[in-house]
Amino acid sequence: MTNVLVCIKRVPDSSGEVLLTDDQQGVDGRYVGFTVSNHESCAVELAVQTAEATGGTVTLLTVGPSEATEQLRDTLALGCHAAVLVEAEPTRLGPADVAREIAHVVREKEAAGTTYDLILLGNDAADSGDFQVGIRLAHALGRPVVNGVSTVEVADGHLTARGDGPDGEETYSPPLPAVATVLEGGVEPRYPTLRGRMAAKKVEIETRPLSAEPAGASRVRLLLPPPMPSMVEVLGEGPEAAGAVADLFGKLGVTR
Amino acid sequence: MAEVPQQAKCVVIGSGIVGNSLVHHLARLGWRDIVQLDKGPLPNPGGSTGHASNFIFPVDHSREITDLTLDSVRQYKELGVFTESGGFEIARTEERMEELRRRMSSAKAWGIESELVSPAFVKEKVPFIEEDQFIGAFWTPGVGVVDSLRAGTIMRDGAIESGALTSVPNVEVTALDVEDGRIRRVRTNKGDIEAEYVVIACGVWSPKIGDMAGVSIPLTPAVHQMISVGPCPQLSGLPGEINFPIVRDMDTFCYERQHGADMEVGSYAHRAILHEPEDIPSIEQSKLSPTEMPFTSDDFDPQLEQAYELMPELLGADGAEMRYAINGLLSLTCDGAPILGESQVKGLWTAAAVWIKEGPGVGRAVAEWMVQGHSEIDISHCDIARFYPHQMRREHTRLRTTESFIKTYGIVHPAEQYESDREQRLSPMNESQKKLGAVFFEAVGWERPQWYGSNADLLEVYGDRVMPREHEWDARWWSPIVNAEHLRMRESAGVIDLTAFAIFDITGPGALDAVQRTCVAQCDVAVGKVIYTPVLDGKGGFRSDLTVMRLGEDHYRVVTGGAHGMADKKWFADQLGDDASLVDLTDQVSTIGLWGPKARDILSQLTDADVSHEGFGFLSCREIDLDGITVLASRISYVGELGWELYVSFDQAAAVWDKLLATGAPLGARPVGIGVYVTTGRIEKAYRAFGLELDGERTIVEAGMQRPKVKGADFIGKEAYLAQRASEPAAVLCTLAVDDHTSASGVKRYMLGGEPILTRSGETLTDGHGHHPYVTTAGSAPSLGKHLLLAYLPPEQARIGNELAVSYMEELYPVTVIGNDATPPFDPDNERIR
Repeated sequence: MTNVLVCIKRVPDSSGEVLLTDDQQGVDGRYVGFTVSNHESCAVELAVQTAEATGGTVTLLTVGPSEATEQLRDTLALGCHAAVLVEAEPTRLGPADVAREIAHVVREKEAAGTTYDLILLGNDAADSGDFQVGIRLAHALGRPVVNGVSTVEVADGHLTARGDGPDGEETYSPPLPAVATVLEGGVEPRYPTLRGRMAAKKVEIETRPLSAEPAGASRVRLLLPPPMPSMVEVLGEGPEAAGAVADLFGKLGVTR
Repeated sequence: MAEVPQQAKCVVIGSGIVGNSLVHHLARLGWRDIVQLDKGPLPNPGGSTGHASNFIFPVDHSREITDLTLDSVRQYKELGVFTESGGFEIARTEERMEELRRRMSSAKAWGIESELVSPAFVKEKVPFIEEDQFIGAFWTPGVGVVDSLRAGTIMRDGAIESGALTSVPNVEVTALDVEDGRIRRVRTNKGDIEAEYVVIACGVWSPKIGDMAGVSIPLTPAVHQMISVGPCPQLSGLPGEINFPIVRDMDTFCYERQHGADMEVGSYAHRAILHEPEDIPSIEQSKLSPTEMPFTSDDFDPQLEQAYELMPELLGADGAEMRYAINGLLSLTCDGAPILGESQVKGLWTAAAVWIKEGPGVGRAVAEWMVQGHSEIDISHCDIARFYPHQMRREHTRLRTTESFIKTYGIVHPAEQYESDREQRLSPMNESQKKLGAVFFEAVGWERPQWYGSNADLLEVYGDRVMPREHEWDARWWSPIVNAEHLRMRESAGVIDLTAFAIFDITGPGALDAVQRTCVAQCDVAVGKVIYTPVLDGKGGFRSDLTVMRLGEDHYRVVTGGAHGMADKKWFADQLGDDASLVDLTDQVSTIGLWGPKARDILSQLTDADVSHEGFGFLSCREIDLDGITVLASRISYVGELGWELYVSFDQAAAVWDKLLATGAPLGARPVGIGVYVTTGRIEKAYRAFGLELDGERTIVEAGMQRPKVKGADFIGKEAYLAQRASEPAAVLCTLAVDDHTSASGVKRYMLGGEPILTRSGETLTDGHGHHPYVTTAGSAPSLGKHLLLAYLPPEQARIGNELAVSYMEELYPVTVIGNDATPPFDPDNERIR
């Protein structure tokens, strides 16, 4: 029975053009809405699969504004069991603060009798891209950490985590409890079911304040990179183009 | 890829279902040099058409909307993009069952095959539905789904192939140039186009484009939430897009519509979520498309549970996931009708706030209107010219659509009043009316007393003659006080506030020509004469009916109903030559009606003018001094009594009102509401009303309103009118009396209008147009002790004494034809008017 903790972050959906808020402190999600990153979606999928395989549970945790309950509920609907919101204005927090807050919750839960054998995070945050929280968290908890993994399995008190390395697939097998950061691509995240969504509504989200004042590096402002030049390739016109379109879909993995 | 041409006869902005259908019909009617622009790519430029659920339930309570829907279905079928699935509207409550019975009335009236069925019947066709969740259903086998993008592509490509159309995607309109009140040019980011005509047909973006020419297109983008759940094993592997009937779960304001292996669940149950056209993202900024906004799941959660209750095995099946969920944008208007027709800028047309089910029908009607000047299907209730200034405010649209959104699947009484944004226009008598306990109904912003609480004492006076109604639905938005006021007016006199009239003057050397050209009746009459006249379109259908007063050699005053007053004003303005001008007096001149046997006594106490029959004849008008106030008095009547309409400036109207009431009180006169004016007083006289009996699809001959002679002067519709007079009518407007009101339960029921007229045994009747008779007006005739109905009957049924039936809430009530022309049932020789 493996209890998994998955850390998620409320971020604007990035499938449209990225817009900044007027104060440059955040990304404007007005047109696209908010979501969690693809990495985190894969982490959730791995967590749900692991919990299903071992008869364990999945707990979600986020550090963010009260609006992040939307992401907690949306994610709970995928088959997770509990959720914790550490309420904070995210622009004030750097990665050290976030890692400290997660570690604080993990320790308190452990003291209360709940151990999270496996903690999964996204490889990096979709908005700030710090690449730090996972490692800092593992360090704070004194646990092993594997970064950038595509799949995880739990057996015999060990985590088996696989990911692409420079020379091919790499496999790590640290002992549990452990931390892993997940890179998208290893699994296909599920959509919510109606029943999942209805069950998610009934879960009481545990809301906690920050355990300490922000102390680490924090955000000054966000800047947009210059727009990427766009390239258009016309595959053809009319029915004759169908083959080229089908080939492209295959290459992109849209069709399988 | 086509380039933006420099010149065009007509530029259509928008490549959704409306724009595509419009270019197709313009080309079919012979126009060339048409240019179609869209900011987005083809075939799905990203508007509301692209995410529409694309199903069509043909039965609506509105005949005009149903006509457009049926025409659209016909066109979709011709294009080969219609798939018939059948559809249910299910009822979870008895109140809804009653509404479905009313739906049956509309289905029969419009000739659409439908029936009320049991849950078991539904279960047989939709095996995954839970029978115990509802008590009955309204089944329409002709419900179906369409491929609106494909339909648009076929129509657009056809117009391109015929050489009539250049369609350019990915072009943004940046400005519209108006010169001397006429559209001249469309500016785009890829070049400018000189154009004679421009049509704004770009759905939720239309207000933004309209603003470029100073034209208000009062619609708002509003969210309709939809999710798609699948793959459902019950739906997988079946051929085609749809294999099971669509279910509208009316009481939860949701629908379930199969789409391949998925079930789409759509909702009109959530709060109204409105956006501004300027706040719709660009294609680049959008996640899916500009009109597929991010899903707000909290708003949808309550509907999930209700949908799950109805179809648990399907929606809860293993593997069935919510794969797609959107807040889809569609267009809503303050009165629920589309916005069509030419704006106040000449040559700048609109075709917006149109749904998939009306798209091709609207495209055809607007194209006919542009090319021929009139359309086969009457769309006057959609005319953009109908809006008054207060209705052009975005705030008004926002408030009214917020109120109406939740009623999309609601049970809406035909007389139901809006609550929001009221008191926009107050008559000078408003304070007095409030003190009199007036119950106000709204007419184009005006607060009009429907009846007066202060007249409640008359209920005892008249007893059962007020024809009380025992069923709550029949008595909703109604009071027996209306009938008491009616009886008092017939006995003594009534004073009626008619401030909502639209009034405009036409002056100048060309005034006579202008009104002669516009009106059917002879307008070359002596100064001081009042003319009642139909106004026709080019095909001889009604544009309006109204009164015209000749106030001077070169001075006419037109008085018309408030509801279509603005459209009438535009129609007259469009006929003005160089030598005539039009001035709107609606907000400066108030109208007070004084009618009844004591009207002359009351008026003569207030004036020294000769108001005798000899001195002030019927259909004449003149200024008189009323106790120191100058009023224009016009001796006409819409209630069949002796009396006058008194036109008086706004600042003096309240004083006149008070004087009339004070002088009349000892004679028994009372303030009388609009309930008498538009229904009871009118129906006893079989007077026809525009929008009910009279519209673009009806003729003077069918309405029984032809005069012995036709004037020599030319007028719009004359040729068609002469042809109508020379042939037999296809339908005849008749007056019918209800013989027995007793329902099966013993409760007496009173029809409200819209019900089908059938044979005594319940068989369908069909007129020469292929239409089925229905009640255009229903109302009490208290002086006759009858409930009367007006309806167009097939000519062979239009016999006095003919015994027929009216179907009301799925029960038949016997009726008898008591009039087959305009002869009034009450005072047939019009002796009281003299």
